[in-house]
Amino acid sequence: VSRLLATGLASAIIASLVVATAAWASCPKATLADIEDEVMCPVCGVPLGLAEAPQAERERAFIRGMIDRCRSKQEIKRALAAELGPSVLALPEDEGFNVAAYLVPALAILGLALGLVTRQRERRRSGSDHPALGDTPPLDPADLARVDAELESRKR
Amino acid sequence: VSRRASAALAVIALLAALIALLGYGVMSSQPDRAVDDALAAGERQPAPSLTLPPLRGDGSGSLSDYHGEVVVLNYWASWCEPCREESPLLQRWHRRIAPRGGTVLGIDTRDVTSDAEAFIREFGLTYPVLRDRDGRTQSKFGVVGYPETIVLDRRGRIAALRRGPVDEEFLRRTVPPLLEERS
Repeated sequence: VSRLLATGLASAIIASLVVATAAWASCPKATLADIEDEVMCPVCGVPLGLAEAPQAERERAFIRGMIDRCRSKQEIKRALAAELGPSVLALPEDEGFNVAAYLVPALAILGLALGLVTRQRERRRSGSDHPALGDTPPLDPADLARVDAELESRKR
Repeated sequence: VSRRASAALAVIALLAALIALLGYGVMSSQPDRAVDDALAAGERQPAPSLTLPPLRGDGSGSLSDYHGEVVVLNYWASWCEPCREESPLLQRWHRRIAPRGGTVLGIDTRDVTSDAEAFIREFGLTYPVLRDRDGRTQSKFGVVGYPETIVLDRRGRIAALRRGPVDEEFLRRTVPPLLEERS
């Protein structure tokens, strides 16, 4: 009887573990801390993680509610954008003055790349004015004998 | 030397462009005070067009839907404490002016829908409420805080505004005279 009881107990534990694992796997478990630095408090103009305003508190409550309903981080961010507009995402908008946030770095990279290419070309061009090492003419036999003699004298 | 000079010129041009960009950014982020200036000069400017979805239900609502009425346009949010304080007053005034061709029109902004709906239930608001989820329309009226209220006459012109919560005195002073006017 005790063996039967032990087997039953073990089966129950295993079954509950399987159920808990399945529930864990189906619930993505996003965290508030993970989302807070990727969304904005639109009224405060700072990332939610830094915001203390009343709107920020409501936004956090909204996120917590979605976490409790097992929503993933992406789902929560989509829901936030649907509620408060795309500006809630911590990315600059792609219109108006905010386009500068994308354009300035892109232009800076482009300018840097152009500068490097130009500099490289100039170096190559200036380098081609000098003969390469293998292209140097052979030494005159007299000079060669003089250099050999000089080297011999230094050895002594 | 000429290469160095051209490099220096390029750097100066780049810096000037960045400063100009910064200046433009600062200028464009300043609130528009054209409405305040016009009112101070005793002028009534035509209200800008405004079309937004309703807080509840489908479709859209527009300021032009209320042409011929006196409109008390109120920007609010459920998380805004002064909005909570003025809401009962606005609801009373809506009931008072509705039979005489006036309405309060709420614009719920930067708010979670369920919070806004709870707010409406809590205060028993019966006036129409539109939803400006990211506050895109508020720059048209120079709105920078909550609540702010703009009063339009029957011809759809801006007749008064209050940057901050309204009170009985403001509404008493501005709304009844407009109700007396003809469209």
